[in-house]
Amino acid sequence: MSDASNSWEKLKDFTDARIALGRTGGSLKTQELLAFRKDHALAKDAVWTPLDFTLLENELENMNLDFLRLGSEASDRETYIRRPDLGRKLSQESIAIIKNSNPSPADISILIADGLSANAISTHAIFFLEEFLPLVDRFSLAPICLINQGRVAISDQIGELFSSKISIILIGERPGLSSPYSMGIYLTYNPKAGNTDEKRNCISNIRVGGLPYAYAAGKLAFLTSEALRLKLSGIDLKDTFDSQLLKNDFGKK
Amino acid sequence: MVYHHTVGNFNFTFPDLKTVLAKASPEKSGDEMAGLAAKNEQERIAAKLVLADIPLKQFLNEEIIPSETDAISRLIQETHDSKSFQSISHLTVGGFRDWLLAYETDGLKIAQISPGLTPEMVAAVSKIMANQDLILVASKIRVVTKFRNTIGLKGHFSTRLQPNNATDDAKGIMASTIDGLLYGVGDAVIGINPVSDSADTTLRLLQMLDKLRHQYEIPTQTCILSHVTTTIDLINRNAPVDLIFQSIGGTEKTNSSFGFSLKTLDEAYQAGIELDRGTVGKNFMYFETGQGSAHSANAHHGVDQQTCEVRAYAVARKYKPLLVNTVVGFIGPEYLYDGKQVIRAGLEDHFCGKLMGLPMGCDICYTNHINADQDDMDNLLTLLGVAGCNFIMGVPGADDVMLNYQSTSFHDQLYIRQVLGLKRAPEFEEWLFKMNLSDRTGKMLEVKQGSKLLDL
Repeated sequence: MSDASNSWEKLKDFTDARIALGRTGGSLKTQELLAFRKDHALAKDAVWTPLDFTLLENELENMNLDFLRLGSEASDRETYIRRPDLGRKLSQESIAIIKNSNPSPADISILIADGLSANAISTHAIFFLEEFLPLVDRFSLAPICLINQGRVAISDQIGELFSSKISIILIGERPGLSSPYSMGIYLTYNPKAGNTDEKRNCISNIRVGGLPYAYAAGKLAFLTSEALRLKLSGIDLKDTFDSQLLKNDFGKK
Repeated sequence: MVYHHTVGNFNFTFPDLKTVLAKASPEKSGDEMAGLAAKNEQERIAAKLVLADIPLKQFLNEEIIPSETDAISRLIQETHDSKSFQSISHLTVGGFRDWLLAYETDGLKIAQISPGLTPEMVAAVSKIMANQDLILVASKIRVVTKFRNTIGLKGHFSTRLQPNNATDDAKGIMASTIDGLLYGVGDAVIGINPVSDSADTTLRLLQMLDKLRHQYEIPTQTCILSHVTTTIDLINRNAPVDLIFQSIGGTEKTNSSFGFSLKTLDEAYQAGIELDRGTVGKNFMYFETGQGSAHSANAHHGVDQQTCEVRAYAVARKYKPLLVNTVVGFIGPEYLYDGKQVIRAGLEDHFCGKLMGLPMGCDICYTNHINADQDDMDNLLTLLGVAGCNFIMGVPGADDVMLNYQSTSFHDQLYIRQVLGLKRAPEFEEWLFKMNLSDRTGKMLEVKQGSKLLDL
């Protein structure tokens, strides 16, 4: 059996890609084959695991935050996977819940949606809010919306129903093989049904080994105040957060 | 023209040709989402029965997207070769399937009629074919292309080395590239999907790969898969551009959503001819396609996703490409729901591309929200190997850490070579032997410390 592998193992230092795996004959060795299958198992389960809303609601209560539980028109996970268009629309019932809550206009609507990785949300959403909310406490906040089977664009409809100036959605990203629990955040100024992606600013890859909470929270707070100041978002809102960081050392611990 | 058929107690009516094509399509979630698919299996088989009886000539009379509104329809009309069509002009779609499968119909005969086929005829016949038909007929057709080596010969099978990196980091890309070369991957192309589409990034990566190729005298071509307008810009700046890449779709509106027109491609093609960097041949365009692109761009005109896909091949064929790659499972479950749909689509695209005269390869792949896994990819890889596919992707460990999806690995190509006895492009095969990386049978040799490729 040839283990003609790892005379080049040192190349692994330069990349996260799965290189220098070795081989038996031309094939993967058992350990590598099963390591891949394990990562795929985690990613696949992340897509199909439902979000534990009760847990989230308890945490939000502890933080003294108002919230509403809502759902999209995708009534179950399979419909959600097959029909992204339905995940972008609120169910009739949810629209009624918002309207019956007599919302008063707010600066910011914050939404939390399962997206394609509920585990990403249950792992990161609360920790992230704990970092983010103190940075934007000068702005008014609509009740936090928890959304079952939601896609990014549902933030337009919800922000519009609350007459919020900005809609921010925390959402589970499509699981990668090496990043099954990664959270993304999208910010839209003047949320309106029918907005397209160039109207949004995105911060992705919030996960263990990815962007830390404090950095992502600082970046989102920067984008939030810039969007409110300039009254726009998306490709017209330049993300100069990193160069600001260099200037004033904000975010250094 | 209205089409009818009766199945069981039900009489089915289809208002036009594009509806027959859509309803005759094997089940695809994208056609269902667009409301184009057959409502049930009876309607699907009724449409197939109708389709089988439609004369090929009818496809020249009834456009599914009017030429007045779509530049690709105009291209299809203008490039149709009626002389090549002559010998099959009396056939129906069903008769055409029988002709393709006949012992007497070999690859040469198919190549002779190919310029007389419109994409809609090709899509139509694929819709009434079994998977084994798609494999058998494709295996008769060889499409050989050349730039610095020879791709697509019978008994040969090539790979694109895909060393993507989440930050376009030069060292990371180089580590994956060396790893791939040590597995004998990269004879179709060493091709990077850049994160940034900036001309400066593309230039930096192009120069890096060009230097590597020169340093080890690797008989292959390199490519940064940037937007075609970025590549044209770089050609004007004398960058070392081997292949000109673009993702293409089957309607004018799809392509304008991708930010180019046929005129842009004409300009790129002209620039490539003037560059003249190929040593053994002059094929230098590299196109990627995939079912569902027209639908996700809201640009399908009521045409099913597989027919839209074959129309993209009419665009490709104008430019005599080195490589055409259908990226079959990347688009997501809303277009191809599971392993079964991905496998069917991969076989369809390979067959249809070959029948259109294209050097078809396949990115055999899936995302984690599709109901598929690596075993489905093994199945499609084996089927396409038997069908005579020109090339596949080689991604380290099958895990693309930049695009976040799974494709075929360096090890996967070694598997298919072993079971089917497939060799690499001859020039590249010779280089591997010379570099002491593989033996004459194509088996990889142990790489010793101090191997030249490890000095980098």
